[in-house]
Amino acid sequence: MEVTELVVYGSILLLAAVGIWGILSRRNLIKLILSLTILETAVNLLLVSVGYISGRSAPIVNGDTGLDGSPIGEIVDPLPQALVLTAIVIGLATTAIALIVAVGYYRSTGTLELKSWSYGLTNEKEVRK
Amino acid sequence: MMERYDIHRSIPAILLALMVAATIFYAFVEVGFGEPEVDKEDSVSNRFISNSTQETGSSNFVTAVVVNYRGFDTLGEVTVLFLASAGMGAIVSALPAGDKRKRPIPPSLILTAGTRLVLPLIILFGAYVFVHGHLSPGGGFQGGVIIASGLLLYIVIFPEWKAPHKALALSESLAGLSFAGIGIIGLAVGGIFLDNVISGLGEAGMLVSAGLIPLIYIAIGIKVGAEMTGLVARMKGGDA
Repeated sequence: MEVTELVVYGSILLLAAVGIWGILSRRNLIKLILSLTILETAVNLLLVSVGYISGRSAPIVNGDTGLDGSPIGEIVDPLPQALVLTAIVIGLATTAIALIVAVGYYRSTGTLELKSWSYGLTNEKEVRK
Repeated sequence: MMERYDIHRSIPAILLALMVAATIFYAFVEVGFGEPEVDKEDSVSNRFISNSTQETGSSNFVTAVVVNYRGFDTLGEVTVLFLASAGMGAIVSALPAGDKRKRPIPPSLILTAGTRLVLPLIILFGAYVFVHGHLSPGGGFQGGVIIASGLLLYIVIFPEWKAPHKALALSESLAGLSFAGIGIIGLAVGGIFLDNVISGLGEAGMLVSAGLIPLIYIAIGIKVGAEMTGLVARMKGGDA
């Protein structure tokens, strides 16, 4: 296992774990949305890393790779990158909607904590403090 | 309220997170990292890399895939962004009014003067990124977001500024219409929706090249910039 592979997969696993942990254990709406975006980043990184090829450059032709002819064998796979571009934009749209719902929650309750969402594990009185 | 560290909630969450991470690891450890799958003749990427420079004239393969081969998909993506922006407007108008707090501390001279100095440069850079989408990393979405980030800075420094929502909506609609209109040009001339009918125009690697791709990316850049600015301004509230 190369160092690059270790670093990339390590970051993906770490981001995914942090995102899921945050979604499950945080009650602050902003932190929940942040965890969601962290999980999204993990998925995007995973998709881009699938298209990576060792020792090749970004999928843009320039003077080095030659402007005409096919640069097969010199560049990485552009398709996952294009798909991730779409995924990022869709993720941005959902995050924006989630944030405006959080604004509405704050305006009607005066807090960003999900009070009643306590799974019965926390005493209601303690949460209200 | 301080968020207490809730051990009851955290331990199952940590266990589940580790399980998911382990599943991802076992699923992808076999895929092979950095292996040249594209070199296989029958792969889709191989088809794109082999022909896209001739077919689209774009130097950036990601742009060629996003705007040319998957152009219809990108039109849908832009629609999703529009829906998010419109949905936000609808939600904001239904929200109870925010409580009017006391005025925040006014920003210092350095911040206001610096913002006025930097804002045109940020907008110029955003425009550069989306005009050169077919030549360099970046494109319409990235350029539009750069422009919106500049206006976000302006909104943060000058909170009294009322965003011109009507002008933003107008430029957004016009840009969206021109994207669809470019698609219809392709349908009328080439017989395929979003067909890149003038792909041979200009020399590959120059600013005027890649046919309709720069025009589509300019439309996307203006649309995303206007949408994101409206979104950020609505997030500030007060002018719902």
